[in-house]
Amino acid sequence: MEAKDFNLEHAAIAWCPGCGNFGILNALKGALAELDIAPEGLVMVSGIGQAAKTPHYLKCNFFNGLHGRALPAATAIKAANPGLTVIAESGDGDMYGEGGNHWLHTIRRNPNLTNLVHDNMVYGLTKGQASPTSPQGMITPVQVRGVVNEPFNPLAAAIALDASFVARAFSGDLQQTKEILKQAIRHPGYALVDILHPCVSFNKLNTFQWFKEHTEYLDAGHDPSDREAAFAQALRTDRLPLGVFYLNRERRPFEETLPAYADRSEPLYRRRPDLAKLAAVIATRRD
Amino acid sequence: MSQTNQATPSRTGVTVVIAGEAGQGIQTVEYLLAKILKSEGYHIFASKEYMSRIRGGANSTAIRVSSARVAAYAAGIDLLVALDREAPAHLADRLSPATIIVGDAAGLGLDRPVLDIPFAAIAAAAGNKLFANSVASGAVAGLFQVDFAGVERAIAAYFRGKPQAMVDQNIAAARTGYEAGRELAAAGRAGLTPPDKDAAVAGDPIINGSEALALGAVAGGCNFIASYPMSPGTGVLIYLSQFAADFGIVAEQAEDEIAAINMGLGAWYAGARAMVSTSGGGFALMTEAVSLAGMIESPMVIHIAGRPGPATGLPTRTEQGDLELALYAGHGEFPRLILAPRSIDAAFYRTAEAFQLADRFQVPVFILTDQFLVDSFLNLPELDPAGLENEPRIVATPADYRRYELTPDGLSPRGIPGHGAGLVGVDSDEHDEAGHITEDLELRVRMVDKRLRKLELLRTDLVPPLFHGPADYRTLVVGWGSTYPAIREALAGLDRPDVAQLHLEQVYPLPPSAVAYLQKAERIILVENNATGQFGKLLRQETGRAASDRILKYNGMPFAVEELAERFAALLTADTAAEGSAV
Repeated sequence: MEAKDFNLEHAAIAWCPGCGNFGILNALKGALAELDIAPEGLVMVSGIGQAAKTPHYLKCNFFNGLHGRALPAATAIKAANPGLTVIAESGDGDMYGEGGNHWLHTIRRNPNLTNLVHDNMVYGLTKGQASPTSPQGMITPVQVRGVVNEPFNPLAAAIALDASFVARAFSGDLQQTKEILKQAIRHPGYALVDILHPCVSFNKLNTFQWFKEHTEYLDAGHDPSDREAAFAQALRTDRLPLGVFYLNRERRPFEETLPAYADRSEPLYRRRPDLAKLAAVIATRRD
Repeated sequence: MSQTNQATPSRTGVTVVIAGEAGQGIQTVEYLLAKILKSEGYHIFASKEYMSRIRGGANSTAIRVSSARVAAYAAGIDLLVALDREAPAHLADRLSPATIIVGDAAGLGLDRPVLDIPFAAIAAAAGNKLFANSVASGAVAGLFQVDFAGVERAIAAYFRGKPQAMVDQNIAAARTGYEAGRELAAAGRAGLTPPDKDAAVAGDPIINGSEALALGAVAGGCNFIASYPMSPGTGVLIYLSQFAADFGIVAEQAEDEIAAINMGLGAWYAGARAMVSTSGGGFALMTEAVSLAGMIESPMVIHIAGRPGPATGLPTRTEQGDLELALYAGHGEFPRLILAPRSIDAAFYRTAEAFQLADRFQVPVFILTDQFLVDSFLNLPELDPAGLENEPRIVATPADYRRYELTPDGLSPRGIPGHGAGLVGVDSDEHDEAGHITEDLELRVRMVDKRLRKLELLRTDLVPPLFHGPADYRTLVVGWGSTYPAIREALAGLDRPDVAQLHLEQVYPLPPSAVAYLQKAERIILVENNATGQFGKLLRQETGRAASDRILKYNGMPFAVEELAERFAALLTADTAAEGSAV
């Protein structure tokens, strides 16, 4: 398959010219094509925000639901039909702010899905308020004296929660982002990819140039199975490391722990209740 | 709460109440007696009232033991098994001079006769004071003069898997209690007249309301439940979790109610049949996603087990207080269906139907019950899953599939991802036929019209109302949901050829035949377990008919047969009925 197989004709893209979302979209198309995932077997699940519109610009099945609620829906879609490739994609505000509790518990559950977070450190769709990852001091129409809250560190939090795959990418590097996405999608379990990207309209601090100057790839010697090393890298602020920080191959995916799939694998839509067995259960209430 | 005892003609059989602190094992006695008395040939119906605490407090279970099927709460007590000193005072309103009290006479310290059976002392002698439950169960069985073999069977079944010595000690404890009860009865000192037996009863299943809902869900093809525990809605989650392995159900305890219902919608999108079970406070958190269900035209089954609000209210009590919440939950305008089972067996069938109706109309379907219904249990006539429809209404998608294809009746063929050559897109924004975001305002109007056309499809007798009484009635007693058995039993005790009963299980949209019955009535008496007459407001809004009289109860307890009989009698004999004053 090729990246253009995921092109959606007549899609009227609502992103600003130069938006980092374009880079992520292109990297994603490339990754899907190289992994040979057909649009019919792919479900993109998103919340609300500019990043959440991605499924409208990509040929796929999609569930574009509510603000912050992509992960519960995505978890259930995967649990109802484990044969689908499920990608939950949205912005930093949607995933870490409005959906923070779901994010936390999805990591605990470990469904086999890929969680892409377009992290531009600002609220774009509502025009420039602080997001959970906005740096301290950023002045916005709401945070008029500058952001005072400590920025949320999604990588450190995910590693602390023993997320089974934790990575960071930068939308300005199409090739490397594509490779990280491929690893994340292939990973059997919850995979977080926090993708740094500029908001050309509302974030004047974390620009394309700023990211170029403040990021670097993890050393080739970084061992992603070393949780403490991964945690140390996640805490770095001098430069923001990129790449796969942490990988835990021991955790079982959520779907595989479900009794519903213990002795059969067909998706739920192919199942009918065994009414004779149900009658037998009712009969046990006779004595 | 006050009502007459014993003499009320509508009461059949005997009411046995077990009362004591939480933690004393009232539910064990309830379970054992229900099994023992049913297997002996008595109809049983048990409902409980309890405090929101794990230990202590004052709680009771009432078991109606009768020769005919009963399913309503009756307040009067014929036999009180008092497990602690507080029990008689806690139930003072429901006791009469004829009430037989059995317990440790010295410990209870009452200035009225008590059938003295010192449960705790007998239990301690048998090995452990915790065996008092078995002593009490045996004592009641003795008073009913049943065969002890039934007691032994019930105890063995209850303690299945426990050490044999413990089972034997409990049976020994029960036997001492049983002998004490039987001697009192044989000596004519008990004053208890057991009802006639009905041998056919022994083969009936005993099922509680939550379990009936869960079994009905399985019958209806439910294979996914996500919920956050909240009394009294938790029971359905528990039962479906227990059925998960055998029936291939995905059962997940969500991190909150918001996650639960979004999981439910995701599951339906991928082809599962999903439900959530909660109470009003939990459902309040779900309203955002009810709106999403409306917009993406997703089927959804939502069970709300009512308890008194607002906020945390009375967590363990009952109320029909959430009809308006279900009716108006979610922003924007979209169709929905609200069902309210009238009884435990109806809960089984309505829940099964809810999945079919949700799937067929692609709307959220509510099942409104309440603590009284879900926590009660009884012996049931046949619950028959055979023949219940549970075939999903999904289509294999063609390559050019559009999820929201504009159709004359508003129903678009529902595809799911991975089943067919097409792509399935759903969006919470206003969307085009393919599910993509649109700001085309002309298309917006067509999509709203499409969704609302489904409301007209729902405005039929999907679940017909129940009507009992003469065709030429003058007065119509109207109720909905779990009040049915109490209204029915109370009316049966009144000999009024001009009074009929209309009961709704499909409460929204109103079935057309119900509207016809209402229009024909000269006088409408509305019965609701809430303070503002929510269903009465809906009736007036939909039909223009206001209730003439309202009987409302909102102290957290269900309607008792006796109190409804009194209220009906008073209203029907009053010369100057307050016509049209209510609502």
